Amino acid sequence: MEKDKLIIGGRAFTSRFILGSGKYSLNLIEAAVKDAGAEIVTLAVRRANTGEQENILDFIPKGVTLLPNTSGARDAGEAVRIARLARALGCGDFVKIEIMRDSKYLLPDNSETVKATEILAKEGFTVLPYMYPDLNVARDLVNAGAAAVMPLGAPIGSNRGLVTKEFIGILIEEIDLPVIVDAGIGRPSQACEAMEMGAAAVMANTALATAGNLPAMASAFRLAIEAGRKAYLAGVGRELVRGASSSDPLTGFLRD
Amino acid sequence: MVKINGKNLDAAKKTVAEYLTDAGFDPLRVAVERNGEIVPRALYDKTRLCDGDVVEIVGFVGGG
Repeated sequence: MEKDKLIIGGRAFTSRFILGSGKYSLNLIEAAVKDAGAEIVTLAVRRANTGEQENILDFIPKGVTLLPNTSGARDAGEAVRIARLARALGCGDFVKIEIMRDSKYLLPDNSETVKATEILAKEGFTVLPYMYPDLNVARDLVNAGAAAVMPLGAPIGSNRGLVTKEFIGILIEEIDLPVIVDAGIGRPSQACEAMEMGAAAVMANTALATAGNLPAMASAFRLAIEAGRKAYLAGVGRELVRGASSSDPLTGFLRD
Repeated sequence: MVKINGKNLDAAKKTVAEYLTDAGFDPLRVAVERNGEIVPRALYDKTRLCDGDVVEIVGFVGGG
């Protein structure tokens, strides 16, 4: 397990839990990062307010890789603009592309995402596109220069888990980049299941932000993700569709 | 007038550095876009805002 690293854009990470920072108090971020064991934290870019006393960057522990998203973008052009602004903030060149035209289900616009990925990868960004799990689109994202793909498990913020499980499974099987399950993961058991399937990492935000005790839930997710990863590397045992298979010897019974 | 983050403000003739300081922004915590182009931090001192400019000043916030 020592050498089991997650490689994104040439950088090696030990943690496979990508932590969101939205919808909870800045004061909880440090504890969340620590208890999650997270090495990557997502952020959003918004208009700055004057005279703001607190800045999120002061609450994120040093050494954490920042992954700004392009939320608010409605097409590739807007995503590229937000990504460039994020990079100009001076915290690295990782970017999570998030393009939505639909405000009810917040589903990603896959075709605009491919366009933005191509432009930003050419500009030297490390691009992690949030996507609907479609194999053809995932292949287009690979060709466009993505560093990973981030298929959704369920609609953003829904805590509904691996609704798209079968299709994420296809991406894991067919795509050589890290497949990071993003969005919709609500419980540690769901994160564990994604990892057992061979997902490279899991991203969660709302699951923690809506938990009773945020740092404790961050810790629960960390353990579940580690367990799922270990199970994947160990090779999950086979399933019997019918019948049973005793774990006990089938000889030496105390009968005639 | 200069349109900054959607509001028309009397900031013409100020440099970006002067505007950020006057308005209370920490220059190391924001990124500035002027008429669709990023203004690099090294040019805040030399970039003067003009009437009709459209400026966006952004920073990081919590997000997924």
